[in-house]
Amino acid sequence: MKGDRIFEGSTRFFAILLILIVGAISFLLFKESLPAMRKFGWQFPFSSVWDPVAEDFGAWPFIYGTVVSSVLALLIAVPLSFGVAIFLSELAPPYLRTPVAFITELLAAVPSIIYGLWGLFFLVPWLRNSVEPFLIKYFGFLPFFKGPPYGIGMLAAGMILSIMIIPIISSISREVLQAVPNHQREAALALGATRWETTRMAVLRFGKTGLLGAVFLGLGRALGETMAVTMLIGNRPEVSLSLLAPGHTMASVIANEFTEASGEIYLSSLMGIGLTLFALTLAVNSGARFLVWKVGGKAGRE
Amino acid sequence: MKNGMKKSLAGLSAALCLIAGASAAKADVNLNGAGATFPYPIYSKWFAEYNKMHPEIRINYQSIGSGGGVKQFTEKTVDFGASDAPLSDYELGLVKDPSTHIPTVLGAVVLSYNLPEAGSDLKLTGPVIADIFLGNVTKWNDPKIAAVNPGKTLPDTAIVVAHRSDGSGTTYVFTDYLSKVSHTWKGKVGTGKSVSWPAGLGGKGNEGVTGLIKQTPGSIGYIELGYALQNKLPYASVQNKAGAFVMPSIESVSAAAAGVKMPEDYRVSITDPDGKDAYPISAFTYLLVYKKQADGAKGKALVDFLKWAINDGEKLASALYYSPLPDSVAAKVNQTISQISVAP
Repeated sequence: MKGDRIFEGSTRFFAILLILIVGAISFLLFKESLPAMRKFGWQFPFSSVWDPVAEDFGAWPFIYGTVVSSVLALLIAVPLSFGVAIFLSELAPPYLRTPVAFITELLAAVPSIIYGLWGLFFLVPWLRNSVEPFLIKYFGFLPFFKGPPYGIGMLAAGMILSIMIIPIISSISREVLQAVPNHQREAALALGATRWETTRMAVLRFGKTGLLGAVFLGLGRALGETMAVTMLIGNRPEVSLSLLAPGHTMASVIANEFTEASGEIYLSSLMGIGLTLFALTLAVNSGARFLVWKVGGKAGRE
Repeated sequence: MKNGMKKSLAGLSAALCLIAGASAAKADVNLNGAGATFPYPIYSKWFAEYNKMHPEIRINYQSIGSGGGVKQFTEKTVDFGASDAPLSDYELGLVKDPSTHIPTVLGAVVLSYNLPEAGSDLKLTGPVIADIFLGNVTKWNDPKIAAVNPGKTLPDTAIVVAHRSDGSGTTYVFTDYLSKVSHTWKGKVGTGKSVSWPAGLGGKGNEGVTGLIKQTPGSIGYIELGYALQNKLPYASVQNKAGAFVMPSIESVSAAAAGVKMPEDYRVSITDPDGKDAYPISAFTYLLVYKKQADGAKGKALVDFLKWAINDGEKLASALYYSPLPDSVAAKVNQTISQISVAP
């Protein structure tokens, strides 16, 4: 009896502690960003100026860069990851299933600076010499592919992010698909459905919310990723429709400028960006959790 | 059983007391400092060498950046700070106790480029550098660059500007120089550890900019001399105030420092200096110390170390691509160090 009470009390304490920590982080970010909010008001998230010398700050280029690079990453990563997941859970022969799943998950454990280095020394030259000249030549009439081929820029950042989130999305999707009860598949097959029809109608439809949750978790990682993006995005606070142009993200600007930021407004503006990023990732992740929970079963508890 | 445990516990605590007593007798001194990353290689060399001679004195230095160093120094959580840029009047006002800057070594900022056609003897002037970094000169065959490089045929390649994306003393020195040589730069961009760049790509740290230059054909960027030498990147000679084109080197940087009129508090910019041998883009890096040392043991250790660093430590500087203080400045700094008062 007594042991139970201690056990319950201590676990409750840890659970509450976690909530308190999240609360403390948001409180601190809010408090520290107050001077910037007071000075710039509602203009702060929408202003494109970032001038530390004149102490005039706006977060828009960073919000834009974060969202665009992450969405770009999703556009590339989602079809690929779903393909991997469907192959592994529906089609792959058992001897292939375990090693491929293992290697995909291993990719998630590679530190982001390694991705950054690989991006800088392999991806960027390839983009600059082959991909971007091709895009400019044949699709240059579109606003997305204008400007000189630096190699470094939004496209490079989006691509490296997509590689980084593929393991997360594919491994969670695989678990979601595996959680689909077998009688779903059997019922579809019994009705004469082909393999593809079974997957599309019985499996994917059943796992819909869980798959969406996997996408959101990938998005959460992409939004907050710092190191690899900083190395590849060009760190230029500018809003440009072109994917070839350099950009900047919220996480990058904090990592870049926090150590040497002097002056209350400068620091406070960086905190304001931190608060925005925190709120955004929190919203995305809670959305994801909610969706994954709704599926329940094995995948829900991951 | 219980008795035995008590005995061993007593023995243990006695042993602990002995250890504590022994170390107190040897009077170990731990000095803590934090700040600039640029002088970190020479500082860590100094601390290691000094520790070999005085094993009881241990100096810990966290190279967290000048901003963090100044903050910790202001809050008195460290025994000394370090900064690349001298403190502004406002920053100095926040430091409650009287303090002083101690210039330690000098560093040069060089313009490295990735343009094989230009060879390794490209020449640049202040206004041309400003135009390139303002985004006004966008091609290597621009007449403004050709005018200062007679006899050189430069290609029709686009210039890719590479700059620091993180706040840094290097950026401060470089923009300080550009503000002196270009009115447009001063009005549009100004001087700072981070500025709103009109053109180019940003890389994090010297290594980030070095990577950008190496990776991008047609690029030009500013980095510290040591990084250019270690990575075997070519760098430009820059025209100084006297009109001579000077290559950055240990000597030409010391020449820039020797020509400057040194104020009492050492807070001085030596970019665009007089003297025909002086390289125009360089700066002192500083240690920040309190003038009154309340802790006698720590204060004495710090003063002794500073004396050693300025007189003997300087000899280690050039091997790590820093320029030592010119003799005139070293003499003045010695005087300042001896004025630090240490509590008995």
